[in-house]
Amino acid sequence: MEDSTLLKQEKENQEFREAGPLWEEMLTTLSEDPEPGLSEPQKLEQGLETGLQPRSSPPGSPQSGVSTPVVDPAGPHASSPPSSPQELSSISSPLALARQDLMATRQSDKITSVTSESGTPHVDYLEQSSDKGKSISYQTYQSEGNTFQQSQQTKCHLYGQRDVSYNSNQKELRFDIFQEEDSNSNYDLDQPESGASEMAPSMLEIAIRNAKAYLLKTSSKSGLNLYDHLSEMLSKVLDKRPENAVDIIENISQHVKMEHFSKKLDTLQNENEMLPTYEIAEKQKALFLQGNLEGADQELEDEIAEHSLPNVMESAFYFEQAGVGLGTDETFRIFLALKQLTDTHPIQKCRFWGKILGLEMNYIVAEVEFREGEDEEEVEEEDAHEERDNGENEADEDDEDELPRSFYKAPQAIPKEESRTGANKYAYFVCNEPGRPWVKLPAVTPAQIVIARKIKKFFTGRLDAPIISYPPFPGNESNYLRAQIARISAGTHVSPLGFYHFGEEEEEEEEIENGRDSFEENPDFEGIQVTDLVESLSNWVHHIQHILPQGRCNWFNPIPKCEEEEEEEDEEEKEEKGEEPDYIEQEVGPPLLTPISEDLEIQNIPPWTTRLSSNLIPQYAIAVLRSNLWPGAYAFSNGKKFENLYIGWGHKYSPDSYTPPVPPPVYQEYPSGPEITEMDDPSMEEEQAFRTAQEAAVNLTEENEETEEDEDEEDDYDQ
Amino acid sequence: MDAESLLLSLELASGSGQGLSPDRRASLLTSLTLVKRDYRFDRVLFWGRILGLIADYYIAQGLSQDQLAPRKTLYSLNCMEWSLLPPATEEMVTQSSVVKGRFMGDPSHEYEHTELQKVTEGDKVFEEVVVVQIKEETRLVSIIDQIDKAVAVVPRGALFKTPFGPIHVNRTFEGLSLSEAKKLSSYFHFREPVELKNKTLLEKADLDPSLDFMDSLEHDIPKGSWSIQTERGNALVVLRSLLWPGLTFYHAPRTKNCGYIYVGTGEKNMDLPFML
Repeated sequence: MEDSTLLKQEKENQEFREAGPLWEEMLTTLSEDPEPGLSEPQKLEQGLETGLQPRSSPPGSPQSGVSTPVVDPAGPHASSPPSSPQELSSISSPLALARQDLMATRQSDKITSVTSESGTPHVDYLEQSSDKGKSISYQTYQSEGNTFQQSQQTKCHLYGQRDVSYNSNQKELRFDIFQEEDSNSNYDLDQPESGASEMAPSMLEIAIRNAKAYLLKTSSKSGLNLYDHLSEMLSKVLDKRPENAVDIIENISQHVKMEHFSKKLDTLQNENEMLPTYEIAEKQKALFLQGNLEGADQELEDEIAEHSLPNVMESAFYFEQAGVGLGTDETFRIFLALKQLTDTHPIQKCRFWGKILGLEMNYIVAEVEFREGEDEEEVEEEDAHEERDNGENEADEDDEDELPRSFYKAPQAIPKEESRTGANKYAYFVCNEPGRPWVKLPAVTPAQIVIARKIKKFFTGRLDAPIISYPPFPGNESNYLRAQIARISAGTHVSPLGFYHFGEEEEEEEEIENGRDSFEENPDFEGIQVTDLVESLSNWVHHIQHILPQGRCNWFNPIPKCEEEEEEEDEEEKEEKGEEPDYIEQEVGPPLLTPISEDLEIQNIPPWTTRLSSNLIPQYAIAVLRSNLWPGAYAFSNGKKFENLYIGWGHKYSPDSYTPPVPPPVYQEYPSGPEITEMDDPSMEEEQAFRTAQEAAVNLTEENEETEEDEDEEDDYDQ
Repeated sequence: MDAESLLLSLELASGSGQGLSPDRRASLLTSLTLVKRDYRFDRVLFWGRILGLIADYYIAQGLSQDQLAPRKTLYSLNCMEWSLLPPATEEMVTQSSVVKGRFMGDPSHEYEHTELQKVTEGDKVFEEVVVVQIKEETRLVSIIDQIDKAVAVVPRGALFKTPFGPIHVNRTFEGLSLSEAKKLSSYFHFREPVELKNKTLLEKADLDPSLDFMDSLEHDIPKGSWSIQTERGNALVVLRSLLWPGLTFYHAPRTKNCGYIYVGTGEKNMDLPFML
């Protein structure tokens, strides 16, 4: 019984002590601004003053009798939160209400300190003998004090006295007295609450602890925490006693914050979080400034005359009517980037091709045509490279001797088309973002196009990323991108019928080969009615050459060249070649300027969708063409003007899911024929017969020698 | 994207190339307000558009006070007259899963699907060719439902769970910080959690019950079914779904601007593993 009593006392002490500082605070508050109607606080104030000033003389003296009744309701409240409202409601003074609020914070404070800093005090209490009780409670007290010190440094002036008293020996004395006093006066009051306080740390406590830790989280911006802020706000409210505190609480909060302007401390960590934003902004600034840099009127006039820059904004306006396109500001940045491109390169004609989305970054693609004779250096370099490769191959072949060599020859490499013709008619520049440097894509080779048709890969956004695919792709992502651009261009670049016509001069030459592959703008083009463009697909024509299955636009016959090579080679290989057909049928596709109404259907899905941009005002609407084969490819025409644009992932549509190409056929073994099979060993009888036949033919004089030979042969067979 | 801030949202989401023509925008702004009034929605989202061969479906969704409660979906062909779609059922989803290819743009269009059904008569088993007719409207409903369940995205903290259960818009959401905005783990699926229950206690320990009540994107299968990019310097984060190409989610870090829009053919990208 005594144990439990002591237990209660210690608890009481603890709680009292916790309530202490608060209580002091309240009272100092009151002493500054006492309200007339309150008699009790004034009494308390007296009690406090006597209790505070001579700290050495413990409050257990007669004066403390005044203080205990005030503390009591607070005490149990701290130990058992659930029962607190009842307790508090019994106190009608306005002070109590204020205290209630503050107690809530105190309460969490207490729980934190008890459970976290002094181990498991509840268990200790239960196990302790009466002697130990004091010291333990003292420990908790001290740790309590530390918490206060840490968490409430801003209020040091209030607690200063108390802190000093912690370190003195006098407080032990004070404890004793408290203990006595509590046991005398408060014991019966506490009885009902005892059960609650002995509970092990519950979910609630943990939650409260977490909540307090959250409140104490220091803001990275201002260096304050909400806990301090709230306590300061409340003390301010209690200081000033405004009329309708709840209405102006925001202002008080603001004032408290304003008072806090303090010097920002230097930190070692560099704040570089926003760096990329500034970096790109810096680069884009260059785009906007370039117009001002060249001030000379002469140059400006030349530039206008050259007319190499497309009017991106105008076509963007029309595409916006169609519901496609990038945002206005992004389009303008691209416009500026294209201007930068045309200023720095010898470009005859430039066009905004579109945007290909990638996993990490996107590609903005510009289609350019160089001025005559200004892009040949690179071509020569590449040719030289190829020649070197061929030389190496020949050298390898010379080294081989009589042993049979591999008959397998790689299928005839189809040469790429010259620049300015076929799939390499235009050069393409890409950049990840307007403002970043433009990169010229390499010319496309037929092999890349052929393989690109068989694979389906996402673009990553890095041009040097490898393409890992089943038919191995010859090249990295820049080559794949170039191949896809070539395919998309060939499939989706269309113009209204009559806008382009074949040049008259070239007509004769080209017709001999493979249809005509060049065209020019028709000066007599009078425009097509928009409604006609919408209603009939035959009013749209392709103006980019069809890419043959071979991977080229113009047919390249691999056979004649093969024969030339063969003459230099061995006879065996000639025989091998002889098995192949001498003549491969020429692949033909639709010629240039074929109407798109003749495009192949994708499994009952029409390859194009046409639409009027606005049904509300049809007289000013434009015709919009959408490719269903290449989702993301659009074209518009207002009758006179047209433009093509692609924005998408760069993949072809197919209603079926992608199927990887079948593995190549397994090479058949050499058929079992006379060259492979051997005859049975000659039998004894055959040998005998052979010998007798020979003997008959050969002179008798040579008989001795022959027998020797036979003996040798027989030895061989035995082995 | 929210119908109220449609214009800003469209501008933000324009990086993928899909926008709306000016007349569509204007009509959406008008008609969605009326939809909100007539159907008494708490919030109206412009969901996106499904490209058909003849016409496009414009889709809007109405949300009630509880953000995760079943949503009502409306479609329109001209952005003015909206019709309510029936809620998707399991049966509809399985039924329309056999249909492949593009949408037509005509809700009453019927896809014909022939399948072999085994009919047992006595001891003998006959194979009978049955022609199943599936209305495009059914397919539309199930596709929207699938997309919503698979790739609708909301940033962490934009919604919060009230103690009573319903999920509300978090008024104090100030946007993700830059470092968080680049991580997939700060985005959630905008649907009732499925994976959350399967998590271990250890994984659940760090979760904040009022914020982390939905599935995070980072555990999506297959890994890499999202492309996350920053545009305009770091001022805009764009998430693109690779599983349902066409879905774009945008969020400007440190602002409340976020949302998603779907513009596409309504077909799932089954080739994703080949393409990565």
